[in-house]
Amino acid sequence: MAVLVIADHDNALVRETTHKTVTAALKISPDVDILVAGQGAKGAADQAAKISGVRKVLLAESDALGQGIAEAFEALVTPLMANYDAVLTPATSQGKNLSPRIAAKLDVSQISDVIEVVDAKTFVRPIYAGNALETVQSADAKQVLTVRPTVFQPAGEGGSATVESIDAGPGAAKTEFVSQELVKSERPELSGAKIVVSGGRAMGSAEEFQRVIEPLADKLGAAIGASRAAVDAGYAPGDSQVGQTGKVVAPELYVAIGISGAIQHLAGMKDSKVIVAINKDGDAPIFQVADYGLVADYKTAIPELMDALAKIGK
Amino acid sequence: MKLLVPVKRVIDYNVKARVKADQSGVDLANVKMSMNPFCEIAVEEAIRQKEKGTATEVVVVSIGPVQAQETLRTALAMGADRALLVQTDQDLEPLAVAKVLQAVIAEEGPELVLMGKQAIDGDNNATGQMLSTLLGWPQATFAFKLEIEGGKAKVTREVDGGLQTLEVTLPAVVTADLRLNEPRYASLPNIMKAKKKTLDVRELASYGVDTTPRLKVLKVSEPAGRKGGIKVETAADLVDKLKTEAGVL
Ligand SMILES: Cc1cc2nc3c(=O)[nH]c(=O)nc-3n(C[C@H](O)[C@H](O)[C@H](O)COP(=O)(O)OP(=O)(O)OC[C@H]3O[C@@H](n4cnc5c(N)ncnc54)[C@H](O)[C@@H]3O)c2cc1C
Ligand SMILES: Nc1ncnc2c1ncn2[C@@H]1O[C@H](COP(=O)(O)O)[C@@H](O)[C@H]1O
Repeated sequence: MAVLVIADHDNALVRETTHKTVTAALKISPDVDILVAGQGAKGAADQAAKISGVRKVLLAESDALGQGIAEAFEALVTPLMANYDAVLTPATSQGKNLSPRIAAKLDVSQISDVIEVVDAKTFVRPIYAGNALETVQSADAKQVLTVRPTVFQPAGEGGSATVESIDAGPGAAKTEFVSQELVKSERPELSGAKIVVSGGRAMGSAEEFQRVIEPLADKLGAAIGASRAAVDAGYAPGDSQVGQTGKVVAPELYVAIGISGAIQHLAGMKDSKVIVAINKDGDAPIFQVADYGLVADYKTAIPELMDALAKIGK
Repeated sequence: MKLLVPVKRVIDYNVKARVKADQSGVDLANVKMSMNPFCEIAVEEAIRQKEKGTATEVVVVSIGPVQAQETLRTALAMGADRALLVQTDQDLEPLAVAKVLQAVIAEEGPELVLMGKQAIDGDNNATGQMLSTLLGWPQATFAFKLEIEGGKAKVTREVDGGLQTLEVTLPAVVTADLRLNEPRYASLPNIMKAKKKTLDVRELASYGVDTTPRLKVLKVSEPAGRKGGIKVETAADLVDKLKTEAGVL
């Protein structure tokens, strides 16, 4: 009984979400293969081959795969599933985009956002913004899962799997790629960052968000997150939204500044190891999950925090 | 052009779900229910397309209990033209919902299905992608912007790292993300008008779709709670605690 992991990568490198998904896959079966689908993705495939515990890497390349077209992934993966009992994809925006298609094609259920593999057919997943955990047992012949990467340890390096090039499949006739605007940043990626600094509606403007959040994030070597309110108001880009319907993060340290702590926000950060909240309202719900709360106006608290960090050499 | 918008009745987004003591599920007795917020965004977008003249009719459909009629009435009050309730007390999995929607679409013949990216009860984020697959129509998920022209939909999507724009040939399935629009509130006159709009009810069984669950829920449990910690007085105290007590700096 073999299992396929669809890699999350940028063609040059595989992201750590892939290593974490491999860990989940190894709980289902010792025979784990990785599919690297993209364009010019040999680098990512070679790197995937070094993940320990991996049996084989399949490399498929085409323009449509490189553009992340979901239909192209479905057309590629569905026939491969003759050889596998399960397919796992990290629950990134791309994983969520493509994985249900494979399930529908195979006429099986998808189990979204798996946080625990109980056995090869039984999984735990959060529902209702993480306010309940559902343990489900599948009656389907094959399993299609998306995996919440934050809860699994990354598989190590040191493997030496073979890389096998395979046919890229027929692509997607009715979908045309127009353009992509990716935000370039020198900062760590939000979902894998060790420290996250997030700002909320309190910032009041994009300029203020940058003025307050960026220097602090730089000082801590942190990724930048935001509440939905901050994103909706245009203070921060869409993919920095942390929460039920944005990104789920679980860093060592999460700093929430001027964020009230709505259910939907908590869903995306409450598994962080240490949570700090800075909010001028001592009754804000964010304090119910914060390990360290500072009731203060951020306008005075952040400069003081910067000074205090400087004193310890940050 | 006809637009179909599937809408789901779910726990209101302001309500914190509570797990039943016997771990059989989430307690929904006497809990406020509303239209899934992403479905609201999809309804709003459909109405805007009609206002712009790209769409001629907006049909809303819900699969659910008799109370889902309220949800459909809300959509009608926002401006949808007609509603269909596929009535069932069974809680369907996304694959089954997609199959029922496929059967509805075979009868209704819309050129575009606009739906939510995610229902905030099950948090599956799967039905739209599955429906697109079953229909063999292209998909554009997590829509941030939608333009319809010349038999195509140009959709800018929210993806990890930024935005992506795709052009899909109609008919297609588009799922709405949070920033596609801000849904309107229904005005009182429109709520009154909605009472006269057509709301058909059909039994799920009449579609002849196999909706047998594939997943058995063994239990629904409460997540490990997180205790609130302490309040610190100053930023300097905070840094000190983070360094010496928490060890994260
Ligand atoms: C379908 C749906 C999905 C959603 N998904 C998400 C999601 O994924 N992520 C998410 O975050 N939200 C999400 N939300 C929105 C969520 O419900 C809240 O509206 C949002 O999180 C609020 O953002 P906020 O905390 O920045 O703003 P507010 O709730 O307005 O809080 C601002 C806080 O700043 C504090 N403040 C103000 N001024 C200062 C100051 N000078 N100094 C210090 N503190 C100050 C205030 O006391 C307040 O607590 C979703 C909502 C819906 C309906
Ligand atoms: N029972 C239902 N009736 C109508 N539409 C539904 C139903 N369940 C899901 N949907 C649609 O599918 C979207 C995504 O739901 P899900 O895949 O369950 O997260 C929702 O926003 C709705 O548009």
